[in-house]
Amino acid sequence: MRERIRIAGGQGFWGDLPDAPVRQVEGGPIDYLMLDYLAEVTMSIMQKQRSRDPNAGYAKDFIPLMRQILPACIERNIKVTANAGGVNVEGCAQAVKNVAAELGLSGKYRLGIVTGDDIMTRLDEFLDRGIELRNMDTGEALSQVRDRIQSANVYLGAWPMVEALNRGAQIVITGRATDTGLTLAPLIHEFGWAVDDWNRLSAGTIAGHIIECGGQSSGGNCQYDWRNIPDLANIGFPIVEASPDGTFIITKHEGTGGRVNIPSVKEQLLYEMGDPHEYITPDCVADFATVQLEDAGENRVRVHGIKGYPATDSLKVSISYSAGFKAVGTLVYSWPDAYDKAKAADQILRSRLDRLGLKFDRVLTEFVGANATHGPLVGEPSPDLAEVQLRVGVRGPDRSAVERFTKEIAPLILTGPPGVTGFAGGRPKVEEIVAYWPALIPKKEIKASVQIIEG
Amino acid sequence: MLVQLVKLAHARSGDKGDTANVGLIALKPEYFPWLNREVTAERVKEHFAGICQGEVERFELPNLEALNFLLHESLDGGGTLSLMTDAQGKTFSTALLRMKIEVPDDEARKFGLI
Repeated sequence: MRERIRIAGGQGFWGDLPDAPVRQVEGGPIDYLMLDYLAEVTMSIMQKQRSRDPNAGYAKDFIPLMRQILPACIERNIKVTANAGGVNVEGCAQAVKNVAAELGLSGKYRLGIVTGDDIMTRLDEFLDRGIELRNMDTGEALSQVRDRIQSANVYLGAWPMVEALNRGAQIVITGRATDTGLTLAPLIHEFGWAVDDWNRLSAGTIAGHIIECGGQSSGGNCQYDWRNIPDLANIGFPIVEASPDGTFIITKHEGTGGRVNIPSVKEQLLYEMGDPHEYITPDCVADFATVQLEDAGENRVRVHGIKGYPATDSLKVSISYSAGFKAVGTLVYSWPDAYDKAKAADQILRSRLDRLGLKFDRVLTEFVGANATHGPLVGEPSPDLAEVQLRVGVRGPDRSAVERFTKEIAPLILTGPPGVTGFAGGRPKVEEIVAYWPALIPKKEIKASVQIIEG
Repeated sequence: MLVQLVKLAHARSGDKGDTANVGLIALKPEYFPWLNREVTAERVKEHFAGICQGEVERFELPNLEALNFLLHESLDGGGTLSLMTDAQGKTFSTALLRMKIEVPDDEARKFGLI
């Protein structure tokens, strides 16, 4: 057994710095690269792409990335865990194989693919059998949105990825899998942790939580002493150096910018945190109130003491459904009285929308530069503000009403308060809203499938 | 005396559906007891009046000298439904740092907060 494994975080979301994973591979020694591509609504976008093109439906960026890093990964035996497969894991794997063939690397590595997360075609079967898939937040029944569902996927945990690694996969591609599982799986594979070793599984899960948002644990978006965080232009993404006993160090490559210290790690630990005593994943229930942090040198934080509890009997399901349409329009008003002018323009706009008889579920006005982020906490905005951006959003079930709204913004320039600009972008775009429906399903209903293919 | 949280803590916030979470972290270990005593769920609910329409839950993390708050019904439906600039609640962290809390005068003087 190796005494120390280095797992590098390469993407915090689909659209993160494209070069970050390359720099993780080239910037120093690592054993694993984990790549998180799937936000909550990403699956529905991919589902749409696949309905237009049967070969699409996965994170396309993964393919040029593999072209760049696959030779180095094979040469240095760096393994990759990525939930890049989206709703077409096989298609993603095939695209990687094609790239490898072009590079003359066919037969030099193995691909592991994990499927079984997609339950779109089983929804009616579940509902018929009384598995209700009620909304975890609101308690509503799925029948309310049944005819508008666009995708339905279970969050798989680390274990199917562990099987793929145990069977020799160098590149593991999954569909919907937990972000934390992408880090935990290599640790279980390397250190042979047991399925009920809750403390260590929780430690690996928390390690995953710390690096799954990319630069956000190594100095990015860090409030603590932000002015003095060095060279964010050259930010190094986080790396976990893990030991078999479940302790680990968070660090980054030498010579990179950003900063890993106790405050940067604390901020990321608390990010998107619910009840810290119960961080529930398919693999365990981790207790963040047991995490101990220790300064272990420059850009090194040691994490230890983590405890956890047995996994639950459920898996989380992420369902996306069509929930109407929205559009957001903006205009900029200048000094003097920028805020008053923006307010007056909003009143004019609203009375025009009323006169047109347009109905929306929601109309939201914000004054960017005055109080859009902190609302009433700011108090009355100063009359001396240099400019204020009026930002009005609408949403509703009727596409044509939202469409009509988008035609009412630009006319305010010639028919409303003066000192106005900022309409170079043209009419606002109407967007279909794809909303997210979280639910639970008994674990025993779901069987993940692992396939190993010669690359 | 009253001290603004921005001098005592740093913070990070995020979202889960229509709920914003705010992690509030003491800048120095000595400040944590003050945060723990003064920054109650009720005070946070009051602070976010007009922003947070639901309940506020509070969790203590003394190991991190931190508190975690869940502000329910705060993000205009959350996720893709929300029309807010800050649909992901990312600036709720700095909004909480606007709060002022009571700190004993001698302590405030000792830490150069006056």
